[in-house]
Amino acid sequence: MATDEMTVKARKQPEPKLTGEVHRSRPTLDRRYLPVLGTVVVLALMLIIGGSRYENFLSGRVMANLLINNSFLIVVAVGMTFVILTGGIDLSVGAVLALSTCISAWMFVHGWPAYVAIPAAILAGALIGWAVGVMVHVFEIQPFIATLAAMFLARGLCYVIAPESIPITDPTIIKLGTRWDLGGGWAITPSGLIALAVVVVAFVTLHYTRFGRTVYAIGGGEQSARLMGLPVARTKVLVYVISGTCAGLGGLLFAAFSSSGYSLTGVGMELDAIAAVVIGGTLLTGGSGFVLGSVLGVLVLGLIQTIITFEGTLSSWWTKIVIGALLLVFVILQRLLVVRRR
Amino acid sequence: MMTEPHTTPIVEMTGITISFPGVKALDDVAFRLLPGEVHALMGENGAGKSTLIKALTGVYGIDSGRIVVGGVDQVFSGPAAAQDAGISTVYQEVNLTDNLSVAENVMLGHEIRRFGLIDWHATRKAARTYLQALNLDIDPKSSLSSHSLAVQQLVAISRAMVVDARVLILDEPTSSLDSDEVARLFDVIRTLRDQGVAILFVSHFLEQIYAISDRITVLRNGTLVGEYTPEELPRVELVGKMIGRTLEVLSELEGRSERAVVDRSGTPFMQAVGVGRRGSIEPFDLDIYPGEIVGLAGLLGSGRTELARLLYGADHADSGETLVSGESVKLRNPRAGLAKSIVFSSESRKTEGIIGDLTVRENIVLGLQAERGWMRRVPKKKADEVVAQYIEALGVRPANPDAIAGNLSGGNQQKVLLARWLATAPKLLILDEPTRGIDVGAKAEIQKLVADLAAQGMAVVFISAELEEVLRLSHRIAVLRDRHKVAELINSDDVTTDVVVDLIASGGTSA
Repeated sequence: MATDEMTVKARKQPEPKLTGEVHRSRPTLDRRYLPVLGTVVVLALMLIIGGSRYENFLSGRVMANLLINNSFLIVVAVGMTFVILTGGIDLSVGAVLALSTCISAWMFVHGWPAYVAIPAAILAGALIGWAVGVMVHVFEIQPFIATLAAMFLARGLCYVIAPESIPITDPTIIKLGTRWDLGGGWAITPSGLIALAVVVVAFVTLHYTRFGRTVYAIGGGEQSARLMGLPVARTKVLVYVISGTCAGLGGLLFAAFSSSGYSLTGVGMELDAIAAVVIGGTLLTGGSGFVLGSVLGVLVLGLIQTIITFEGTLSSWWTKIVIGALLLVFVILQRLLVVRRR
Repeated sequence: MMTEPHTTPIVEMTGITISFPGVKALDDVAFRLLPGEVHALMGENGAGKSTLIKALTGVYGIDSGRIVVGGVDQVFSGPAAAQDAGISTVYQEVNLTDNLSVAENVMLGHEIRRFGLIDWHATRKAARTYLQALNLDIDPKSSLSSHSLAVQQLVAISRAMVVDARVLILDEPTSSLDSDEVARLFDVIRTLRDQGVAILFVSHFLEQIYAISDRITVLRNGTLVGEYTPEELPRVELVGKMIGRTLEVLSELEGRSERAVVDRSGTPFMQAVGVGRRGSIEPFDLDIYPGEIVGLAGLLGSGRTELARLLYGADHADSGETLVSGESVKLRNPRAGLAKSIVFSSESRKTEGIIGDLTVRENIVLGLQAERGWMRRVPKKKADEVVAQYIEALGVRPANPDAIAGNLSGGNQQKVLLARWLATAPKLLILDEPTRGIDVGAKAEIQKLVADLAAQGMAVVFISAELEEVLRLSHRIAVLRDRHKVAELINSDDVTTDVVVDLIASGGTSA
């Protein structure tokens, strides 16, 4: 029988073939870091340009404000990173954030103490995230649609709870926004610290837990992840819970920032968060990216805003135009990286 | 070496029935697996081997029947549940995630933890140990995607070792390995068997089946044919049981009977002059005449596929000139190739060929539609005719144009892919590993088809890791080594595998 011969005999091959050195090892750094490196370069360029054009741009005060004023967006973007790493998307975070501000404001007005109102607001976000996760996983609804539904639901609930803006006077929430002076103009708020803590926890979760690695594996190939026996279902639901929880927490930080609960808060914030994640080097197809990149992405967005404020004469809409342009560049860059990897 | 026949089976499947829309994949099949044996599961494409495996590994639910593992009735909710029951699987198509490192792919879900967090140092070290058990000396930190398919396959096997498996399922583990790698794998399999692991082994290489198996179960068309020992089942009988008919088709190709003489006096259909691409393949010359089968021989990674990709425009050449029918052309993309009636059937049918969610009909019509342009829909009547014609001609099973292509077995998907390209009536057909992972019957059919197409005047470039096959079919053979075309020979009875192996080994210098 001739057809069942084994493959070409390698018996005369002098060198051992199993070393996997198929592509010669390059001395350059891991490709996975390239997109994040791009973000770092952009951030550095913006700091250099800003610093050379405007006085006081690189002052401690401006830089500290960059973190403080964007702490809520950092938290939301961290949650979004989990979802995007699995190849999903979460459009509901802006509305969930608004819902969180409304719930906490309403509870404070009705005399609930902070230790009830704050967990309740966060829990509301987690619950909506869980519902989305179940829709995505059990009913196999596209994340885009499931989170779109959640977005309308949360936004509608905001109006039911708080048709008008409700001022927040609760001392715990107000305290979140207290500036602690660090000298030299540098300052930090509890909000900022919370945001940093969330980043650290997210980083450890993604890189040092089995759950985190499963998130990456699902983004690399859901079918493969399932065949490898990984808990795909649990993980997929959980990433939306994390995103919802982060949005709920972000709402509290935003409430501290604006001292009110308002139903029109955070319209379009989900898109800012997605932009930050993408600019931070996470592939929208999933499986590749870093939570620290998303933080850098938020800082880039914040810096654009700062530069335009410093410029003074420009309309703030220029922020959107620059973000749009930057986003395009980064998406094209990612595409090129993916194509060259093939 | 043989296990005592009266050991209690670790796996006992009875009355297994599974249906898909348009396909009855398994019909009342029984299968048992003893501890400490290598059990080969044999059958043609579409016989139900993969389905049976997927039932055992929890990927598919069963419509009826019983699965008993280690004396316990099991209803697996998914692959994770099957793994928990001690069943570990390496699938035919490498199912790993190529965005992660080798170490992670081996250890995912079993990472070593300290204080609840992953200890990467220990995890990588463990991964290295598992890899070295397979003589695989690669950096666990390297990205999986930087390795060849063969290495990835071995990584998948390393992964299966991580779970303390009582049952190890190897579904076509050798289809992308060379003989050295196969020998190493077999050593590992024997070691595991001697430790009492039950191994279910699927391969289309009969040599390998007889080299390693203790028992053989044969399936045909979703039903059980029987369970045998290799001693009581000579090869010819095994093949007969698998295909359920006489071996006419096989013997027709057996030996190299009348090889048609190719007229090389006219203009070649395609001429490549000094065509090359940096980092992909060194510049080469190649003429392909109408009615000629040009075989590409070489080891895995020698540049066979890369050469083919340049011929039809999937990659840009950065040097040289391509002539089609004597005219210089620039093939910038596969569409341009298609416009010149050059088609390419990819080796990775899963990612570059078959669209699993579409029906067989839709998959076949795709090529025809692409050729016509998207604005001019292929008339339904014509599409039906073409589809019926090729399903018939290639023997696609099930012969149902509305079956979902993803539910077909590998060999039948390959036939559908071939049908897609043949429907465009190409003048040059490039086949990259068209018979990989395909059983003997289907393989012979495809070989015969290729020979017939050439006899009708089609030019064919035939790529296969099986040298025998290249020699049997080709009129002319181009030998590749290290991304370099080292020799070209006209096929004759003097050309044997040894001649070609010598050429590959010597790099063409002694020839």
